[in-house]
Amino acid sequence: MSEQAPDTVGRGLAEDARNRVRFEEEALSHADQVYQVARHLAGSKEEAEELMQETYARAFRSWRSYTKGTNIRAWLLRILTNINIDQGRRKQRRPPERSLEEGDYSLYDRLEQTSGDGSAGDEERLLQRLSQSDIVDALAALPHDFRDVLVLVDLGEFSYQETAQILSVPIGTVMSRLHRARRLLKQSLASSLGGER
Amino acid sequence: MNEAPCPKCESLLQLYLDGELNESEAREAEAHLDGCGYCRRQYRFERAFRAYLRKTLCEEPMSAELKVKLTALRSDASPGDCL
Ligand SMILES: [Zn+2]
Repeated sequence: MSEQAPDTVGRGLAEDARNRVRFEEEALSHADQVYQVARHLAGSKEEAEELMQETYARAFRSWRSYTKGTNIRAWLLRILTNINIDQGRRKQRRPPERSLEEGDYSLYDRLEQTSGDGSAGDEERLLQRLSQSDIVDALAALPHDFRDVLVLVDLGEFSYQETAQILSVPIGTVMSRLHRARRLLKQSLASSLGGER
Repeated sequence: MNEAPCPKCESLLQLYLDGELNESEAREAEAHLDGCGYCRRQYRFERAFRAYLRKTLCEEPMSAELKVKLTALRSDASPGDCL
């Protein structure tokens, strides 16, 4: 019977438990920010809440695979994105049939053309004519590959490199999807302003 | 005032707005913006659009219920607790 071994094991377990608690606290401290991104990666608030719970359950189980000092928000969102894809929740939308060759300006032009007051040239005031629901709907209607990239870069404020790692795609793919996603979103918002029917 | 379409600048502008350019590339983009009315106009709109998007989409915080549920997923291990 060794007297040292159980003591060493005990200390190891205590250390492990402390690390685990620290990890859990850190992960939870980022939950609000992760949720803001999750909310728009998922199709609805309910789906986002389920995804968050599954993500945190999985994260807490596999906490040892997180490398201390790396971006925990990116690590959590990578889990969340994988769950989202694995579960096939994301309905594959038909690729857009409208031309993507329209200038990026169409939304700006449309806002100015339909402003009817002195707000031309005042971008912020022009944009306020886009309602929250218009924006939420336009984003939700994007093909998911495009939406994921746009949400991670524009809402999550991840770099292209981090976004590429979260989604396991090459950085060039992030750039081209982001470009198309923004065009599509703006086109969709421009048509939500009406004025042509 | 130069208002001719300038699509080749578009990707430079995107990278600039996304903070993906290094210092000398960023200076190059800024120099271009100084001299090109079309891109300057587009830049101002793009910047405002991104800010508006973020503001509009991040309005709704996580519910208190969800926060409680996430916290409940933690292990109950506390330092010093052995099996
Ligand atoms: Zn230009």
